[in-house]
Amino acid sequence: MDYTNILKDISTYPGISGREESFSKYIKGIFDKYCDETIIDSFYNVIGIKKGSSEKSKKIMIAAHLDEIGMVVTGIEKKGFLRFSNIGGIDPKILLAQEVVVHGKKDIIGVIGAKPPHLLKDTDAKKAVKIQDLSIDTGLSEEEVKEYISIGDFVTFKAEPFLLKNKKISSKSLDNRGGVAVLIDIMEKLKKIQHECDVYFVATSQEEVGLRGATVAAYNIRPDVAVVIDACHGAIPEMAKDLVFKLGKGPAIAVGPNLHGDLTKKLIDIAKEENIPYQIEPSPGNTGTDAWAIQVSRSGIPTVLVSVPLKYMHTTVETLHLNDIKYSGKLVLKFILSIEGEIGGILCC
Amino acid sequence: MLLKELTELYGVSGNEKEVREFIKSKAEKYSDEIKVDSMGNLVCVKKGNNAKHKLMISAHMDEVGFMITGYGDGGVLKFATVGGIDSRILLGKRLVVGDKKLPGVIGGKPIHLQSAAERKSNINIKNMYIDIGADTKEEAEKLISVGEYAAFYSSYTNLGKDVIKAKALDDRVGCAILLDILKDEKYNNFDLYACFTVQEEVGLRGAEVLSYSINPDIALVVEGTTCSDVLDVEEHQQSTILGGGAALTIMDRGAYSNKKLVEFLYTNGKKNNIPVQYKTTTTGGNDAGKIQTAKGGVVVASVSVPCRYIHSPVSLMSKNDFDSCYKLVKMALDEFDKNPGLIDSFK
Repeated sequence: MDYTNILKDISTYPGISGREESFSKYIKGIFDKYCDETIIDSFYNVIGIKKGSSEKSKKIMIAAHLDEIGMVVTGIEKKGFLRFSNIGGIDPKILLAQEVVVHGKKDIIGVIGAKPPHLLKDTDAKKAVKIQDLSIDTGLSEEEVKEYISIGDFVTFKAEPFLLKNKKISSKSLDNRGGVAVLIDIMEKLKKIQHECDVYFVATSQEEVGLRGATVAAYNIRPDVAVVIDACHGAIPEMAKDLVFKLGKGPAIAVGPNLHGDLTKKLIDIAKEENIPYQIEPSPGNTGTDAWAIQVSRSGIPTVLVSVPLKYMHTTVETLHLNDIKYSGKLVLKFILSIEGEIGGILCC
Repeated sequence: MLLKELTELYGVSGNEKEVREFIKSKAEKYSDEIKVDSMGNLVCVKKGNNAKHKLMISAHMDEVGFMITGYGDGGVLKFATVGGIDSRILLGKRLVVGDKKLPGVIGGKPIHLQSAAERKSNINIKNMYIDIGADTKEEAEKLISVGEYAAFYSSYTNLGKDVIKAKALDDRVGCAILLDILKDEKYNNFDLYACFTVQEEVGLRGAEVLSYSINPDIALVVEGTTCSDVLDVEEHQQSTILGGGAALTIMDRGAYSNKKLVEFLYTNGKKNNIPVQYKTTTTGGNDAGKIQTAKGGVVVASVSVPCRYIHSPVSLMSKNDFDSCYKLVKMALDEFDKNPGLIDSFK
């Protein structure tokens, strides 16, 4: 798979939590190429089913959320300046001088501005800017703004992907379009391989606002095992090394109460056997991923979590290493193939 | 209009070569004489057949940006700003770094990992860094040397029918207007010196030496200026209005514009239906500050395109304002050519 182009392509496509419809249809178009059947459910989860060879086949769900953080218009002010609020976790400190797209009656480009620094009181200039002090400037007149934009319209970041040294890519929404790319990589490879299980590839919606897409998808699919692919914090100079993960050194396999112990061990064993680089992510509680919701679906689903190290999470310059996408895909593919026929044994533990 | 090309070139103060070469290549065919001085200022002269005066129109080529000052853990680059940049706008921005023009980003600690106190305070520029993807300090050292420059990355984009988003509008708008004047106009009664200066953003250094060398009778500085007509700013602090026309400076921190010349520009602008406005704040400064005191003193005025979010990668301007500035400068030059006595009347 051409990791660079698929990441450029899907990271720049707008698909904010709660307004995934268009992006979900786009992802369905990709899933259709590799799956036997692809459906979009009422939450705009995209579910691609790849049937297994066994008649009594078990179901394995491979989930990665497709939604991204963003903003919503909360007010239209004099001269057409837009007030807005965040959707998902956004650091207001990254917002000044960002480019955005307001998804109104048509897509309108804007920039985020505020009162200029020389007009701030000294004490205010030292404080982090608050989202209520910011506005979106579309350059349009108030009349034009009111014609095309309404309160409640969603806003996404506009950011051009940058290819950095050493196979690193920087773009918006790589959390978790990186995970979606891993899904696509796996299904592309699985198309040429015999496998017993029915594999349900699920690009989930509304993860950033409370794991909602995964909650309904897991209930409806009722899988026997689930693998969640998401992003974890990449190593940056200001963080202690034990809290972050180096880029290019393989996916992080999460360990902790949110994950099924024996299946996680199996995942680690596979990584060792297959010489796939990996790191261990100690997760003492909530992993903050779809795994948290899926694990407690119905009467419980054995779940594991594989995360792609990603720097500057929830900014417009999220950065990951292409090799980590490749390693994650390989690891999860081998995991899918390895548990065929023996799910029952594992679940008894 | 060459504004797209001009704003997408890189020319941080002290490193204006790329902009100078571009302008030179375009101006050559319209100029009788072209000179580059020791600081890198570019002068394009158009001689008058019957010239008794020297008219200077001036715009600076440099833009605000960054200089690499060292290396941090894990192959990141440390930097300082060149010119005035609000450090609050830097997180999550894209840059073009060094002579090799490597793509780089300014990241930071994700909100998930910030303490409550960190969430409330701004990050000091000393604690920021540029990530070009290098894995180690050694690799970063090989790719970029200390002292190399970096600039904002931003593509020229139309917002609606009238507004442009770009980096470096301050002062590539002036460069573009000067090039348009050079291309289309020819004057008899004065020599026209179109001056593209360096190092305005770090202290008006280029204009200082160039105005001494030329010793003009009048200088019109064509600029991109502050425009704070945005949300939550009171009217008297707005400085200029986007779409309000060419902005005339009465005074700023560096210069008093010549009173008669400013009145001439305002009155004749109005008379010729060219939208004009006064800049209503007295902060800031531009090349006029140094040109004004060159040799025995020079008659100066500044004609500016209002730019919202100036010194950022997402500066906005109005195409109508750009046209108004072009028309106002052209109108003034036409009047000076028709009536050479006018030039002396300002002194």
